[in-house]
Amino acid sequence: MTASFDLWKLTKTALFYLLVVVIVVVSVFPFYYAILTSFKSGTDLFRITYWPTSFSLQNYESVLRVGSFPRNLLNSVFIASVTVLLALFLAVTASFALSRVRFRGRSLLLMTILAVSMFPQIAVLAGLFEVIRFLGIYNTPWALIFSYTIFTLPFTVWVLTTFMRELPIEIEEAAIVDGATPWVIITRVFMPLMWPALVTTGLLAFIGAWNEFLFALTFTSSNDTRTVPVAIALLSGGSQYEIPWGAIMAASVIVTVPLVILVLIFQRKIVSGLTAGGVKG
Amino acid sequence: MASIELRNIRKSFGIVNVIKGVDLEIRKGEFMVFVGPSGCGKSTLLRLISGLEDITSGEMLFDGKVVNALAPSKRGIAMVFQSYALYPHMTVYENMAFGLTLEKGKDKEDIRKRVERAADMLQIRDYLDRLPKQLSGGQRQRVAIGRAITRDPKVFLFDEPLSNLDAALRVATRIEIAKLHEGMHETTMVYVTHDQVEAMTLADRICVLRDGLIEQVGTPMELYEKPDSIFVAGFIGSPKMNFIAGEKAANFDCSTLGIRGEHLQIKDDGIWEGTVIHTENLGADAYVYLEMGAEEPVVVRLEGAARYKSGEVLRVSPMQDKVHRFDEAGKPIR
Repeated sequence: MTASFDLWKLTKTALFYLLVVVIVVVSVFPFYYAILTSFKSGTDLFRITYWPTSFSLQNYESVLRVGSFPRNLLNSVFIASVTVLLALFLAVTASFALSRVRFRGRSLLLMTILAVSMFPQIAVLAGLFEVIRFLGIYNTPWALIFSYTIFTLPFTVWVLTTFMRELPIEIEEAAIVDGATPWVIITRVFMPLMWPALVTTGLLAFIGAWNEFLFALTFTSSNDTRTVPVAIALLSGGSQYEIPWGAIMAASVIVTVPLVILVLIFQRKIVSGLTAGGVKG
Repeated sequence: MASIELRNIRKSFGIVNVIKGVDLEIRKGEFMVFVGPSGCGKSTLLRLISGLEDITSGEMLFDGKVVNALAPSKRGIAMVFQSYALYPHMTVYENMAFGLTLEKGKDKEDIRKRVERAADMLQIRDYLDRLPKQLSGGQRQRVAIGRAITRDPKVFLFDEPLSNLDAALRVATRIEIAKLHEGMHETTMVYVTHDQVEAMTLADRICVLRDGLIEQVGTPMELYEKPDSIFVAGFIGSPKMNFIAGEKAANFDCSTLGIRGEHLQIKDDGIWEGTVIHTENLGADAYVYLEMGAEEPVVVRLEGAARYKSGEVLRVSPMQDKVHRFDEAGKPIR
């Protein structure tokens, strides 16, 4: 009995790790292959290998030196960062009101905010395009910051509101008795307690803005204002029939690495942010 | 340093009336305790004084000035919460200094002095660099009290500050609060509790509340000796006052007769007869529960140990001058 039980236990463990391996391979392999390809050059590109065979930085050189890719990279960094800052500022102040101030129609407003995120990008694209033309920010970074903030805010506000509701009301009242204004309460009492939630939502907003393609393609028209995803898609080779796989892979790696680093740095905070509120600390 | 006057204060949340017209004067430097069963509105009344809740109608005066519309921080109050409500991300020092740093033009050295003085008073000087989570419950509550002291308030408000502590710590902290009151005899203190022992031991005067109205205000001994109603008589004192209705009360010309356990004597020629159903020996005194045909058993409190067996029949008599007589409306007949 014990022997068969042990065998079953062993099989279960083995199956579990097999599953883990499959998931890791499926999600990491494409990236691994992109890295592999980005270091190849010439006809090597079209030979399938699973281990590094040759090493050359030529693709990286061509991506960074030719065309406007560095400029696009800066655009992406600027747009994603400003989007995060703007979204967090608006969301923190909004969620303070939504979680702490009693007013008529509060839950209706919350539901509306959630309902906004129901519409797919493509459904609002035409309308948003008109708004951006009207505001005169077409083909500027502000067009993208504006549209990304709109799409990030519902999620950010919702998460931060839920998180802020969990903060004990007495702490706020103690601060009121201490003479703190709402602004002081938000910045000096609530924000330090909300770091996990801020990092989580901020990072997700950053990733969203960093990867976004459709708006970036629609609201920009010149090489100098594009963001990285669009720039990669529009990378072209020497002729119409040549796709510069090496350069595309190098660019993809350059774009992915910052995200991986960010996630690794903040991973602990993300976990505690996503589970926050589930258990009382 | 401030007297507080409440004139016909009312408070309702939506259609629910919580405070239904309270008139009360709290004198300068007095230790006033609000006591009552849960839901009587005592905490709400404290929050109205603090300014954390708006008054629906009526007037609140501090030193003769109406403060109805004044923000909590402008009233010169400090408050200690039941759950401590310390800022979790700040050290003890920062917690205590927070209120002062918000005031404009405060000297840093002055703040440090005030925090350290408060810390010395409460013996928490060694913990100033720690975070609240590194402290025990009792230490946290001392920090919360320290934070209130640092602000040098005119009125000190306590909202059930001991209910989160265990029994031994509760007694120790109670004594500390009593000492604090002696040391700050100019500061008016208002204290909310549901525990009548805390009320009796700490208060200069007690205000008994029931259903949003004041039942009686008086010194602890006034309330104990001359309760204005059956409710107050039953609420103040431990064990609870015995109430006897029916024929036995009629013999005393009243509808309900109240007699405290300590004012019943076991005698062979006692006027009442009862069967022992239970005895509790607490060491210094003992409670004997007698079945006398009333709704609840009658408690007799004896000095020392009691050696009665369940089932034994005893005769008891009330001390004549310690009997409380109440009419049908629950009001005393004197």
